[in-house]
Amino acid sequence: MVWKLSPVSVWRHRIPRYRLIGKECKKCGKHHYPPKLACPYCGSRDLKNIELPRSGIIETYTVIYEVGEEFRHKAPVVIGLVKLDDGTRVIAPITDVAEDELEIGLRVEATFRRIRDGDHFGVIGYGLSFRPIRTNVSKTSS
Amino acid sequence: MSKIYIGGVGLNRVGRHFKKDIVDLAYEVSLEAINEAGIEPDAVIISNSLGNVLQKQNNLAQYISSSIGLRGKTAYHVEAGDGSGGAAIHIAYTLLKAKIASSVLVVGVEKMTDYPSHVTHTALSQLLNYEYEAYYGATLSGIAALIMRYYMKKYEVSRDAVSEWPVLMHYNASKNPYAQIRKTITKENVKESQIIADPLTLFDISPIGDGAAAVLLVGEDYEHQLEEKPEVFLDTVVHHAYELELTLREDLAALPTVRETVDLALKKANLRIQDIDVIELHDSFTITGLLILEEAGLAERGRAAYLLSDGRFRHGDKPEVNLSGGLKARGNPIGATGVYQVAEVAMQLRGAFPGLQSNSPEIGLVINMSGIGSSVSSIVIRKR
Ligand SMILES: [Zn+2]
Repeated sequence: MVWKLSPVSVWRHRIPRYRLIGKECKKCGKHHYPPKLACPYCGSRDLKNIELPRSGIIETYTVIYEVGEEFRHKAPVVIGLVKLDDGTRVIAPITDVAEDELEIGLRVEATFRRIRDGDHFGVIGYGLSFRPIRTNVSKTSS
Repeated sequence: MSKIYIGGVGLNRVGRHFKKDIVDLAYEVSLEAINEAGIEPDAVIISNSLGNVLQKQNNLAQYISSSIGLRGKTAYHVEAGDGSGGAAIHIAYTLLKAKIASSVLVVGVEKMTDYPSHVTHTALSQLLNYEYEAYYGATLSGIAALIMRYYMKKYEVSRDAVSEWPVLMHYNASKNPYAQIRKTITKENVKESQIIADPLTLFDISPIGDGAAAVLLVGEDYEHQLEEKPEVFLDTVVHHAYELELTLREDLAALPTVRETVDLALKKANLRIQDIDVIELHDSFTITGLLILEEAGLAERGRAAYLLSDGRFRHGDKPEVNLSGGLKARGNPIGATGVYQVAEVAMQLRGAFPGLQSNSPEIGLVINMSGIGSSVSSIVIRKR
């Protein structure tokens, strides 16, 4: 039982998924992601699209060993809950990181990546992963 | 106000029932509940979450009810993840209160062992937001792991401290003939077992198993039809739905949804949490067990594990929590879980639970949840 990626669904979600478009509530001012049709905090339906910041910190993370069928060849999968610089939270894979580098508070930035391989419809699932912001290149390469 | 009585219950031992399919499992427990009550129901609610993925079967209420000799009845299928059972009880309660039905059979059933575990995990991740959580490889255990790491750091709770939960659940389940896992464990076992989603180990998650449970509910006006007067009634049933996504929570180490429904159920029943004798709560993971204790008002935030190590919540305390062994060790057959919880509390109040039996309890509480709080049912059950 392998999930089939729907070409239409992948296309439909491309803007919020690739460009990190969330919502801003015109009533209470809070941002949220993924985008909803009503504010999760005050219930207002008066919302507008907003491009969210592409950097933040890892607020919590996990390394998943018991993965679903489609991710078995990639296991373990590192998933982070990233708190973006405006306070909005995103769940995304953490990439280009060694397991012992992972820590709460680590600064990360969004990077466009292949998330899921093509299935028999030929659709490849792309999306954003987050990687550590390397300020000192020589230190990390040693 | 008319009372809704629990006229009969039926339970299967949770486990790997390779020779039985979803209908066989449902049949056994339905028959138990019907035979105990001594009447046939006039409506059936089937509580199941994964059947349309794992058994590829839709039209489930019709399929199951007609297969077990309940053809031509009102029949619904309720799906609310592992909170399906509580939602099903709520619908049955509503039908009876409105006197649209005089007796309703609620059957929770889940068949999870037809495939290897990674297939079942894939199905379980459909309890998350598919496009923005599961799409990226997040699993239900993974989301629980995010919460557990955050909680342990925020409140400075150690691995050994949180392990109090699975250790107690396994002890309770070791006495329960319906429990999937009837073996005691130590904190060392928890720490050293296989990592599922760091920091969660195998002993922090509820096991995969097949199970079925049934309760037959009857309205007060019809209770005279019963051979024996039921001792136990559903006092209050509250069911609310919330968002699925962890990213939308204001506090990652909280389940506000549990607090809201428990507070409302207690208020409607005119009770305080201190009045409750026995509780079956939704410990789908070690962390959800601890968070629910805190949200129900039984522990300060970040303190639940320490109260356990002080000896609280076990057999003989008030309240006694998860004498069944909880989802952790009795098992968590997703769509059936909430019905197990209601049946177990009813058996406790009747003094007929075959495992650890509470000493003359009067008031019980069930907290059944889907995912990590995307819906919660809080159910107060009392002795007449
Ligand atoms: Zn708002």
